[in-house]
Amino acid sequence: MQSVRSVSAANDVESVPAPASRPGEEGVGVRCFHCGTPCPKGAPAREDRTFCCHGCQTVHELLVANGLGHFYDLGTQAGLRVGERVGEGRFTYLDDAVVRERLVDFSDGHTTRVTFQIPAMHCVACVWLLENLFRLGPGIGRSQVNFPRREVTITFDETVLKLSGVVTLLHSLGYPPTLRLDAVEREGQRPSSRRLYLQVGVAGFAFGNAMLFSFPGYLGLEGAGSIGMRGFFGVLSLLLAVPVMVFSAADYWRAAWTALRRRVLTIDFPIAIGLAALFGQSAFEILTGAGEGYVDSLTGLVFFLLCGRVFQRKSYERLAFDRDYRAFFPLAVTRRQGAREEMVAVSRLAVGDRLLLRHGEIVPADARLVGGEGLMDYSFVTGEADPVEKAVGATLYAGGQQVGGAIEVETLKPVSQSYLASLWSNETFVRPRAARLDDLTNRFSRWFTLVVVGVALGAATWWGLRDASLALRAFTAVLIVACPCALALAAPFTFGTAQRLLGRAGIFLKRPQTIETLARVDSVVFDKTGTLTLPGRGAVKWEGRTLTATERSLAAALAGQSTHPLAVRVRRTLGRVAGDAAVAGFCDEPGGGMKGTVDGRPVVLGSARWLRRQGLSLDESGASNGSAVWLGIDGECLGAFRVTHTMRPETPEIVARLGASAELALVSGDNARERDQFVAVFGLATPMRFSQSPLDKLEFVRARQEAGRTVMMVGDGLNDAGALRCSDVGVAVVEDLGTFSPASEMILEAGRLGRLPAVRDFARGAVRIVHVCIGVSCLYNLVGVSLAARGLLAPWICAILMPLSSVSVVALASGLTAGLARRLGFLRDAAGRDAGEFPEVMA
Amino acid sequence: MSALFLLIPISLVVALVFLGWFIWAVRTGQYEDTCTPAMRMLADDESPKPTGRTLPGNGSQPKQP
Repeated sequence: MQSVRSVSAANDVESVPAPASRPGEEGVGVRCFHCGTPCPKGAPAREDRTFCCHGCQTVHELLVANGLGHFYDLGTQAGLRVGERVGEGRFTYLDDAVVRERLVDFSDGHTTRVTFQIPAMHCVACVWLLENLFRLGPGIGRSQVNFPRREVTITFDETVLKLSGVVTLLHSLGYPPTLRLDAVEREGQRPSSRRLYLQVGVAGFAFGNAMLFSFPGYLGLEGAGSIGMRGFFGVLSLLLAVPVMVFSAADYWRAAWTALRRRVLTIDFPIAIGLAALFGQSAFEILTGAGEGYVDSLTGLVFFLLCGRVFQRKSYERLAFDRDYRAFFPLAVTRRQGAREEMVAVSRLAVGDRLLLRHGEIVPADARLVGGEGLMDYSFVTGEADPVEKAVGATLYAGGQQVGGAIEVETLKPVSQSYLASLWSNETFVRPRAARLDDLTNRFSRWFTLVVVGVALGAATWWGLRDASLALRAFTAVLIVACPCALALAAPFTFGTAQRLLGRAGIFLKRPQTIETLARVDSVVFDKTGTLTLPGRGAVKWEGRTLTATERSLAAALAGQSTHPLAVRVRRTLGRVAGDAAVAGFCDEPGGGMKGTVDGRPVVLGSARWLRRQGLSLDESGASNGSAVWLGIDGECLGAFRVTHTMRPETPEIVARLGASAELALVSGDNARERDQFVAVFGLATPMRFSQSPLDKLEFVRARQEAGRTVMMVGDGLNDAGALRCSDVGVAVVEDLGTFSPASEMILEAGRLGRLPAVRDFARGAVRIVHVCIGVSCLYNLVGVSLAARGLLAPWICAILMPLSSVSVVALASGLTAGLARRLGFLRDAAGRDAGEFPEVMA
Repeated sequence: MSALFLLIPISLVVALVFLGWFIWAVRTGQYEDTCTPAMRMLADDESPKPTGRTLPGNGSQPKQP
């Protein structure tokens, strides 16, 4: 420890120290050595290193003391702001047998393995630190990070360290694991793609070798080799085909059988018929010595079909598209029993329990306020932008978030029957799944299968009447030629490529098939708050009596003490004030405000409630919308800074471009204060509904669907969850990919919202590409069949052309899609994103 | 030409070895996470040294763009 300091001190003599504060950035002087957060005045410092808070300093000292100083070499200021210290016993509920059982992957009572999701990890240094946890805590063994999933798997010795100890350690380092209700109630792990990889591997192996064995056929070597060699090669390739049919193509047999039993024709059915025909014909030809068979085509077809599945399997492991309210709920809350406080798992809450909720905590079940001043932020549940004040005795609905001081509540209903949960279990929320089969490929395959089987039967009868021995051959020949490889390959490769390219551009689709639905969208419903507007990011407007220069500098000095976003904005608005006055007796309350004495005058900044609590009287009538920061000097309220919600700058363009080909609507949970602003953008004819409950939104979407529309819902919160699920394409807009997003088909980074019209154009283009590919392939087959039928093609040309048709469809589908993405600018987006993320990832 | 009767099965056996190798790789989970190992190797060379390494203070931080 001692030597570390001397080394670094000596080192710093050589380096040129940056100026303590840079001009042009008010309030941003020194940044925290650990996490890079701007340090407030009087921040803790050690040697030449300044920290934004004691938490960061503690972590820094812990790391250095344990020889983990390399962390700062991997990423400058790579740490995460730790903030307040974790209280003793906060996680003891994790040692509860029921909770522990659900969280732990494996345990023999001694060695225990547990996997946590840690959304905060973001760089090489994080990975390194989390994999070196064993140096920080006795009892911790190996820890392994899966970065794409933001997961860490930790093996620890439970006789030395309890599960709660591991979580406390992670917490104290600034890497709080996600402990949400859905983690405990999850059923089964995500499906592994191992089996699919093995199927592809086996099919690819057989395909490559079968092509090798077909060489005599390709080269027209019948004369050169002896008959024995042809038979030898034939038998070998037939042996190769067996594992492909049994193992690799297993899913197709199963799907075809299911389809048959349910009496629906899906694309898997004609594929299975084609595969069976190919194999039967090949086996017949090889075993009777009549020819070489089509094993190369067969294995190649299975290989490409499976590649298409791998392509479609692309999932964004960091993102969850199926989250429900449980992902939003904490795993545990503080229960108060008499004077004792304990953490208790949410699933064990009983009606009548007294709970203590601190700033930022969620009300887990419908409850009654019994103590403290409630200020509920229902933005996630209802879409109402501003927090609502609640007095003692008021009912608080589950899902609300307490802002400000701690409150005490008494639960009225079990978690599973509370408002939010019942909203979710509402049967209208369950999407009719049957309609999902009605996608492009399956619509095609329905008539396709009937036509092909009809033609095959016709050919068999025709030949059966003339030459009975040829009937079976004619039947299989038609099935082989018409095997819907183009149909089965075009859509997966086009949509799969599209999904990948969009993902790189920051637009994430749950499934590739979503693209097809997206192309049919003719009705778009927008949510307002958080989707089309940016809460609290607009202009800052002063409402009140005109401030003198002295008053401005007093307010600026106080605002400069805080890094709260609103305080930073207020300070920026006040502009640079010559020489910051010293602030004495500064104190702040999260969600409330702050106060202090500047130049001997008491100054108060914060919410209306905060000012009232400080004994100031204020008049809130006639206030416009937006978050208000009230200012009081010398015990008198002077007015408020209003930070308005502004419309996202790209909103008018989105509306204009989507409105050209689809009907639009605005449905908001917020009140109608901003109506005029939106009428100017949407026009008078567009339906706009305000103060809508989540259920109203859902009904609105449903009504449009019943009118025959394909509806896209664009929203961001839990209050949109029902509408997002019910709509044909639900688009969840998120500010940060790591945070909660409701169940949806598509997740869009908020900064990419302006690309929405382009995404729709892309989807339409992709569907046209699928049509083109199917057309080309049909033409290919028709020409091939007619030429072959007239005996114009040598058999070896046919042997090459058949597997080539699969390759050409794949190449055409992928190539055209990539070209379309380039034209619409998605490749440029992706390049910009990569450039932006690269330094972060590579540190 | 009759040498092919021997050579082809040999080549098939070699190919089968590689297939087996692939199956082993998939089964041991090497395709589960292809991203983290690439990040890990950037940091792996550091050996635990109680004295720590060069640690610049706040002064020498790179300028943020």
